[in-house]
Amino acid sequence: MIINMNTIKSISSKILTVLLLAVMLTSACRKDPQVIKEVREYLFPPKPDHKMKGFYLVNEGNMGMNKASLDYVDFGLGQYRRNIYNEANPSQVKGLGDVGNDAAVFGSKLYIVVNISNKVEVLDVKTGKRINQIDITNCRYITFNKGKAYVSAYLGQVGNPAEPNGIVAEIDTTTLKEIRRVKVGRQPEEMAIINDKLYVANSGGYSPQNYERTVSVVDLNSFTETKRIDVAINLHRLKADKSGDLYVTSRGDYLDIKSKMFVIDTKTDQVKKQFDVAVSNLTISNDIAYFYSTEWSHHTGKMTVTYGMLDVINEKILGTRFITDGTDKNIVIPYGIAVDPSTKEVYVTDAKDYVSPGTLYCFSPAGVKQWSATTGDIPAHFAFVYK
Amino acid sequence: MRRNNFTIKGINPCFFTFLAISWLGGIMPLNLQAQTDSVKLSRKDSLNKVNDLKEVQIRRIKITRRQTSSTPLQILSGAELEKLNSLSVADAVRFFSGVQLKDYGGIGGLKTINVRSMGSTHTAVFYDGAQIGNAQNGQVDLGKFSLDNIEEIELYNGQKSAIFQSARGFASSSSLYLKSRQPNFEDGRSNRFKGTFKTGSFGLVNPSLLWQSKITDHTYSTLSAEFKNAHGRYKFRSFSGGWDTTGVRTDGDIQTMRLELGLNGILRDSSKWSVKLYGYNDEHGLPGAIVANVWHFSQRQWNRNLFAQSSFEKNIGRYSLMAVGKYTNDYQRYLNPDIVSVDGLLDNRYYQQEVYFSLANKFKVNKFWDLVLSSDYQMGDMNANLYRFAYPRRYTFLNAFATQFHFDRLDIQANVLSTIVSEKVETGPQPDNRNELTPSVLVSWQPFGQKEFRIRSFYKSIFRMPTFNDLYFTFFQPRSIKPEYTKQYDLGFTYIKGYEDQALTQFSIQADAYYNKVKDKIVAVPGTSQAIWIMMNMGMVEIKGLDVNMQSAWQLNKDLSLNAGLNYTYQKAINVEKTSSYHHQIPYIPVHNISILASATYRQFSMNYSYLYTGQRYNQAFNSLENYVQPFYTHDMAIHYNTLIHNRKVRLTAEVNNLLNQPFEVVTNYPMPGRSYRFTLTYDY
Repeated sequence: MIINMNTIKSISSKILTVLLLAVMLTSACRKDPQVIKEVREYLFPPKPDHKMKGFYLVNEGNMGMNKASLDYVDFGLGQYRRNIYNEANPSQVKGLGDVGNDAAVFGSKLYIVVNISNKVEVLDVKTGKRINQIDITNCRYITFNKGKAYVSAYLGQVGNPAEPNGIVAEIDTTTLKEIRRVKVGRQPEEMAIINDKLYVANSGGYSPQNYERTVSVVDLNSFTETKRIDVAINLHRLKADKSGDLYVTSRGDYLDIKSKMFVIDTKTDQVKKQFDVAVSNLTISNDIAYFYSTEWSHHTGKMTVTYGMLDVINEKILGTRFITDGTDKNIVIPYGIAVDPSTKEVYVTDAKDYVSPGTLYCFSPAGVKQWSATTGDIPAHFAFVYK
Repeated sequence: MRRNNFTIKGINPCFFTFLAISWLGGIMPLNLQAQTDSVKLSRKDSLNKVNDLKEVQIRRIKITRRQTSSTPLQILSGAELEKLNSLSVADAVRFFSGVQLKDYGGIGGLKTINVRSMGSTHTAVFYDGAQIGNAQNGQVDLGKFSLDNIEEIELYNGQKSAIFQSARGFASSSSLYLKSRQPNFEDGRSNRFKGTFKTGSFGLVNPSLLWQSKITDHTYSTLSAEFKNAHGRYKFRSFSGGWDTTGVRTDGDIQTMRLELGLNGILRDSSKWSVKLYGYNDEHGLPGAIVANVWHFSQRQWNRNLFAQSSFEKNIGRYSLMAVGKYTNDYQRYLNPDIVSVDGLLDNRYYQQEVYFSLANKFKVNKFWDLVLSSDYQMGDMNANLYRFAYPRRYTFLNAFATQFHFDRLDIQANVLSTIVSEKVETGPQPDNRNELTPSVLVSWQPFGQKEFRIRSFYKSIFRMPTFNDLYFTFFQPRSIKPEYTKQYDLGFTYIKGYEDQALTQFSIQADAYYNKVKDKIVAVPGTSQAIWIMMNMGMVEIKGLDVNMQSAWQLNKDLSLNAGLNYTYQKAINVEKTSSYHHQIPYIPVHNISILASATYRQFSMNYSYLYTGQRYNQAFNSLENYVQPFYTHDMAIHYNTLIHNRKVRLTAEVNNLLNQPFEVVTNYPMPGRSYRFTLTYDY
C-alpha cells in the first residue's frame, strides 16, 4: 500500500471538515420565522371629531399566494396600520387566507369573505382579533339585514356535474352559524336587500358559452327564490340607492358584447334604464354614484381607465369628476372605491401589477389628493367603522 | 378542415404492447443470426466511438468536452448518474450550477428547470437529438423523464458548442440534452438485459426493463419499458412565527407507463441512422397551493405523449449531412370538479401535434474552416374543447448559417439564425407573423502551451415565441404579444490538472461570469379582476451571475476512491422595469446556491452524498418581509452494493432523501416532503 492509514484518515477528516463547515455556514443562514408585525405610519392630522372611527381595507392578495391582508385607517389618530391580522392573530394557521373578496362591519364584528380559503372570517371590530370562521365553499360577497348575514357563493356543492348553480347562505350573526341556504343563479356575485327582498346578481362565469343574465330575487321570510329579473349577461356589481333602485353592472363577454350598467326599479322589478358605459366598480353615497372602469382593448393591447360620477336621483351621468388634480395618471389599475359618508372624501385603491404592494389614495370632495398610503397586495375592499 | 384529422384516436397502452410484441416477433430470427456474426468481431462495439475519439488522453487526465466547449457545459453521465439520489431527470439537474428547479413537491408535482434566471420557457430539452416541444406552455416537466433509461444529461448555456447541428439547436437560450442508453455490448455478447425495481416512500412501485440487442453486426435495437405507481402521500410540516402544523399531501398520486423502441445502426459507407418510437401515458393528481383552510385538492390530469423520430447522418468527402424527422402527438386532459358549468365539471382536453424536419449540411472548406447550413421546418397545431378556442396552427421555418474556425489553440464559432413564424387561427383576430434574425458568437482559447487551461466566451441573442397558452388560453386574449428576447454575455475559464503519486488524482474547475438581459418578458397579470388573466409583455430583467464548478478525484488506496464536486452560483437577477419593485430580485431566484456531490467507492460498496443549499428568495416581485422565502438545504445519501451472482451484475441501493427532515418549500404554499427512502434492485445481464 502506497499511502498509510493515517494519511487516509487525515485526508478524510479534512474533507469532512470542509463539508461540515460548508453545512454549518449555510445552516446558519436559516432564521427562525417571526410573526410579521403590523406597520404604523401617520398620514394626516388627527381628526378626533370625525363622525367615524376609521375603516378597514382588505387586500385580496394574489391567488394561490395566501396573502390576503388587513389594513386599518384610524381617523382619530391620523394613522395607517398596515397588515394588522398576523400580529392580532399570531397563532392562526396560514393567517387570513387566500384572496379576500369582500369585507363589512356589522355590529361589533368585522366580516371578511375569503374566497379561495372557503371561509368568512369573523373578527372583533375593535381589536381585529379573530372570533370564529364560517365555512362556505367559494364564497364571494356579504350583506346584512336584521341580525342576519347573507353570503353569496359560486356553487352550492362542488364536484356535482348536475349542480352548476350558486347559493346564498343565511348566517346568524350571534351564533355565527349558517341557518339555511337558498339556490340562486349560477355564480352569484353582489347582493343588496330592499324591503326584506334580497337581490343577487348572477354571472354564470363558469359557462362563458352560456352566461347568466338575471338578478335573482329572494324573499327573506320564506328564504326562497321568487323571481328572476332579466338584465344582461355576466352580471357583477349590484348597489341599491336610497329610493329603492338597483344599479347592476354587466361585464359583457370581454369581446363583442360591451360592459354596461342597468338600473332596476325594485317596485316593479323591471329594468328601467341602461347606461352604455363600462363600470368595473361603483359606490353610491347619498345621491351620487362614483364609478370607474378598466376596459381592455384588443386593438391597442392597452387598458383604458375612466372615472365618472352619476346622479342617481335624475339618473344622469354628471360632467364632474372625483379626481381633478391629475393623480389619476398615476393610478395603474383602480381596484377599490369608497366614499366617506360624512366628509364625502373619496378613497381609491391602485392594485398596480398585482404582485407589488398597492396604494390607497384619499381625495377631497373637490378631487384633490389629501394623502396616499402603501397597502398590502391588491387593495380592494372597504369596511367603515362607525363610532 | 378539423384539426384532428390525422390524430390517431383511442391510442392506449395496448397499442404499445402490440408494437412490442410484433417487434419481438419480427426481430427474434434476425437476432439469432446476429449472434453467430458477432463472434467474429473482437472489438468493442459502440455507437459512442466517435465521441470517444474526441477525448484526448494526456497523462492521466482526459480533456473532455467540458474543458473544450466554448459555452459552459455541465455533464452528468454513466456512473455519476447511477450514484445520484435521483428518480427523475429533475432530481439530477438540481445539482448543476446556474439552475433553479421549480418543484411543486413530491412525485406527482410539476418540475421545471430555470437556467440562469431567464425562465423555464427558455430552456430547450432535447431527447436523443430532437427537441421535446410543448407549444402549449413551453415547459417540459422533467419529473416525467425517468433516469432509468438515461445515459447522459448535458446542460449547455447558450447553445451546444458544435455548429453541425439542427437549426433548433441554435434557437434557445440554453439547452438540456438527454441521451438515452446506447447499445453497448461486451465482447461476444449480442444481447443485454437490465431489470430494475424501485420502491420506497410515497408508495412507490417502479419496475423497468431495458433490452438491447445486436440484430446484425451494425444494427442494434433497444427496448425500454417502465411502469411507475405511487400514492404520493406525504406528511409535511408548515410553520410560521406563531404557528406550527403538520399536514398530509393527499393529491400527489401518479401512475405512468413508458415504452420506447429504438433501432440504430451504421451502414456500409459508415453513415449512421436511427429510428425511435416513444410512448408515455400517465394519470396523476394535481397538487394545489396549500392555503388557509384548504388542504386537499380534487383536480386531476391525464397525459399521453407519443412520438416517432428518425435521424440519418452521412459523410461524403468534405460534405456531411444530418437529417432528422419527427412526429409528435400529445394529449392532455384536465379535470377540475371545483368548477361546474352548464355542461358539467370542468373537463378540458388538449390535443397537440407537431411535425418536424431538419436538414443540416456541413462543408469542410479546409482543415481549419467549416461551414454549416441548417434548415428546420416545424408545423404545430393545437385543438381543445374550450369555448371559442382559437385552434392555432404554427409554422416555423428556421435557417441557421454557421461557421467555425478551429486552430490549434483557438476555436471560433459564429452563427445567425433566421426564424420565420407564421400562425393561423380559426377564430378571433389573427396573430402577427414573425421574422427575426439573431446572432451568436462563441470563442474558446488556449492561451498557454498547456492544454489544461482554456478561456471561453460567448454572446448570444435569442428569443422565445409566445406559447399557445400565452396567446389563446383565454379567449379575450390580445394576440399582439411579442416574443420574449434574451441577450447573454459570458466569460469564463476551464482548468484541469492531473496528479501522480498522490491521493488527489485530478482536479478541475470551470468558472463563468455572465450578464443576461431578458426583455419584453411575457407576464400574466389579472385583468379587470383576478378571475380574468391577461398576458402582457411587461417585464425587463437584468441578471448578473457567477457559476463555479469544481470537481476532484481521489485515489486513497487501491480499493478506496473518492469523487467530490462543488457547485456555486451567485445570481443578482433584478427587475429593471419601472414598477414599485424596480431593482428588486425577481421571484424565486436566490442570490446564493450551493450544491455538493461526493461519492466514495470501496471495493463492492459505494456511497453517495449530496447537499443542496438554496438561499433566501422572494415569492413575488416586491422584496418584502411578507414575500420572504426561507433558505433550505437538503442532505441526501445513498449506499450501493455491487455484486456478481452467477456472473450477472446485481446492484442494491438504499437512499435517504432530506436526511435531516427539513421542512421547506421551493414554491410558496407547495410544501416539500420530509425524510424519504428509496430502495433499488438492479439486475444486469
